[in-house]
Amino acid sequence: MANAYISLPELISKNQTTLLHDWISLQRQTGAFNRRIKEEVLLEQSRGLLTELCSALQAGAPNDLKATEWSATRKILEEVSGTRTSLGFTPAETATFVFSLKEPIFNLLFAKTDSNVEKQQQEIWGINLLIDKLGLYTTEVAQSARENVIARQQQELIELSTPVVELWEGILALPLIGTLDSERTQVVMENLLERLVTSSAEFAIIDITGVPTVDTLVAQHLIKTVSAARLMGADCIISGIRPQIAQTIVHLGLELNVVSKATMADAFALALRRTGRSVEKRVASPKNGSL
Amino acid sequence: MEHIPILKIGDCLLVSIQVDMHDRLAIALQNNLTEKIVITKARGVLIDISALEIVDSFIGRTLNNIASMANVLDAITVVVGMRPAVAITLVELGLNLPGVRTALDVDKGLVLIRNSIDDELGEIDAGELN
Repeated sequence: MANAYISLPELISKNQTTLLHDWISLQRQTGAFNRRIKEEVLLEQSRGLLTELCSALQAGAPNDLKATEWSATRKILEEVSGTRTSLGFTPAETATFVFSLKEPIFNLLFAKTDSNVEKQQQEIWGINLLIDKLGLYTTEVAQSARENVIARQQQELIELSTPVVELWEGILALPLIGTLDSERTQVVMENLLERLVTSSAEFAIIDITGVPTVDTLVAQHLIKTVSAARLMGADCIISGIRPQIAQTIVHLGLELNVVSKATMADAFALALRRTGRSVEKRVASPKNGSL
Repeated sequence: MEHIPILKIGDCLLVSIQVDMHDRLAIALQNNLTEKIVITKARGVLIDISALEIVDSFIGRTLNNIASMANVLDAITVVVGMRPAVAITLVELGLNLPGVRTALDVDKGLVLIRNSIDDELGEIDAGELN
């Protein structure tokens, strides 16, 4: 099967202009291309793919697309996939770029009269396989690019959603928002502990107002964070436990074994008192107005 | 063989672990420290582990043991300067070191020991007055 498309490079190099013309007009017919991609880019990419395909086949590249002979072709396909994904093409539209090459090539092949039917069939089958592989590779690249974007966004989300705020000298606050899974707990814990060191804080208030549910797993993660902070020499206060969550905690039989307060304000007041500070309301004298 | 120095500051002992702990070193520290507490009649022990990067379950347990032993000998033990990575490791190992008091740095550790000793003395004084 490896030699099935032995005549393909010859076919391409001889008829490159015709092939390119047919191919591009076919791509144009599918409509979606014209609106978003520039003519020159389309032409350049199509020509590039044909040239690289030809030279790779002439160099005797094996069937496996991962081989080094195919690296130039792969690069072109990656570029094609990259430009089209950024222009908002669907994966199917991107793959059509490659698949639409089949028709012009087959037309050329049928126009050749010197070969017998059996050989022609073999060639068609071989070319079919090759182009399928190229097309699939394009789709794969598009998909992995998308997955990279998703992974990056997820990472950004994790970092954004766990800020450590310094409320006062020696008092940190950690407002948690969203569900606590083990991965997020890890990030939260690391952030908090690092900040404990850099700001040499003795108190950390973990506010769970934004945590929708507390189950045994979340509680365990909270306990881990509190224990780690305690090992470093800082005390933790948990605040923002909503009534439903308090009920769940008791129903589940969880023991948090930490100081907990209903609101962040209460927790802050406690931390201030423990660090030997107090907040007083100033009595405004009626004569001096607001000051 | 490496040796971990035990320094005396007033009525406190300061142990600063600057090398990687291995099992035998931890046991040696445990022996030396308990002896030193008795000899110097120390009231507090500060163990600075800010240079310690790797802690395994044995070292963690030994730290806990040292603190408990010092408590038996009437010395308050404070472990100071634990690194975040070490703290996370210990928690993941399930070692919460319940017998150990902790502080962020040597400064805060000394204050903690001083306050604890004063509290104890205060209680005794109050008891005598009654």
